Amino acid sequence: MTVGGWSAARVVGVADVTPSARVLHVTVPGWPGSAAGQHVDVRLTAEDGYQAVRSYSLGSYGPSDTIELAVDEIPDGEVSPYLVRDVLPGDELEVKGPLGGYFVWRAGGAGPVQLIAGGSGIVPLVAIARAAKDAGAAASLRLLYSVRTAEDAIYRDELERGADDGGVAVTWRYTRTAPDGWQGGVGRIDIESLRSAVWAPAQRPIVYVCGPTGFVEHVADALVELGHAPERIKTERFGGA
Amino acid sequence: MAVISRGFGARRRDSDPHLPPGQYLTEDFPVLSAGPTPRIETEDWRFGIRTEAGTTVSWTWDEFLALPSEDVHTDIHCVTRWSKLGTSWRGVSLDTLLDGVDTDAGYAMAHSYGGYTTNIPLDELRDGQAWVAYEFDGEPLDPEHGGPARLLVPHLYFWKSAKWVRGLTLMDDDEPGFWEQNGYNMHGDPWAEERYW
Repeated sequence: MTVGGWSAARVVGVADVTPSARVLHVTVPGWPGSAAGQHVDVRLTAEDGYQAVRSYSLGSYGPSDTIELAVDEIPDGEVSPYLVRDVLPGDELEVKGPLGGYFVWRAGGAGPVQLIAGGSGIVPLVAIARAAKDAGAAASLRLLYSVRTAEDAIYRDELERGADDGGVAVTWRYTRTAPDGWQGGVGRIDIESLRSAVWAPAQRPIVYVCGPTGFVEHVADALVELGHAPERIKTERFGGA
Repeated sequence: MAVISRGFGARRRDSDPHLPPGQYLTEDFPVLSAGPTPRIETEDWRFGIRTEAGTTVSWTWDEFLALPSEDVHTDIHCVTRWSKLGTSWRGVSLDTLLDGVDTDAGYAMAHSYGGYTTNIPLDELRDGQAWVAYEFDGEPLDPEHGGPARLLVPHLYFWKSAKWVRGLTLMDDDEPGFWEQNGYNMHGDPWAEERYW
């Protein structure tokens, strides 16, 4: 995996998926393909030459030269509001990648895999869930997805089809408001919710945790407390703007 | 021909000459780690240096705190593109820790509690360029930021500043550490944008 320079890319599709997030499809001629869980750098250049670069996880994986980003708007940011509010099909930007060789999943591994997402941390885990489904390995994966409300869940429809559709089984956790008829608790992930939703430590799962720093710190600490081996917990945290 | 992103730039930030290329300024202190945060009690903590000949020198926490320490004011730059300017640390210079260590090694591998590793040319740990830091902003270093003590090598991208550092292994030849095996550059100079392979 050697990262080349910047590739010109064109936005070919945008879809608003939550009040603050948008899924973008971007065609990158010459894209080498990516593994599930990798990310890209995106560079935007203004007409006067001003540039800004940010990293975004890929919701897509595999060889297609149209990649998928899901971007959550950070209100005081300078790049995410552009990508969520302003960008239109046909607009151009630049992409470098794929990046990252650690927070990735590849078909063929033995044993169960647990995915745990907070908020927009779902994006690389959706790529992993899709890859597992396509590889016929979805039954060995579980996903625990923590969101404020159902409306804040990126990829909600796809994930709700979940195991019924041959995909990864999803356990939802609502931190603020649960949908009508919700039987479970509401609040942030705690030891009990991990105990019931996550493969047991004795099954020696590999655990992928992605979300804001506070979420990842909290969940990773709780997993260790539950008896999961620290070296089997892979984390990806994001912050900044 | 340059690619222009139509309509981009309305919310731009002020540029700052202290920002290396491709970085943006943050006032937060984001965290980047590959796994859970190790919790190390200072009574169990050791820091050791092993030379290429196999001789080892090490310090307990109390011995380490008894060494001369320095206040360090520096900018830090993460490969994930945030930079934080004017941070304040307190730590022991690697010049102090390497004083009396007999070595002709060219490189060091930093090892951390939790298993993290990162490689750095030994020359770039000397001459006031690197510290083992144990305070941030006048407070003991938080575990999530690498406490009880982390390496601080601020002229390189911050993944080189190994959190929860427990020692250095000195090496004749350069070898890749954890992120260096997973896509990141062997050296990591932010001003040269040495980010990736």
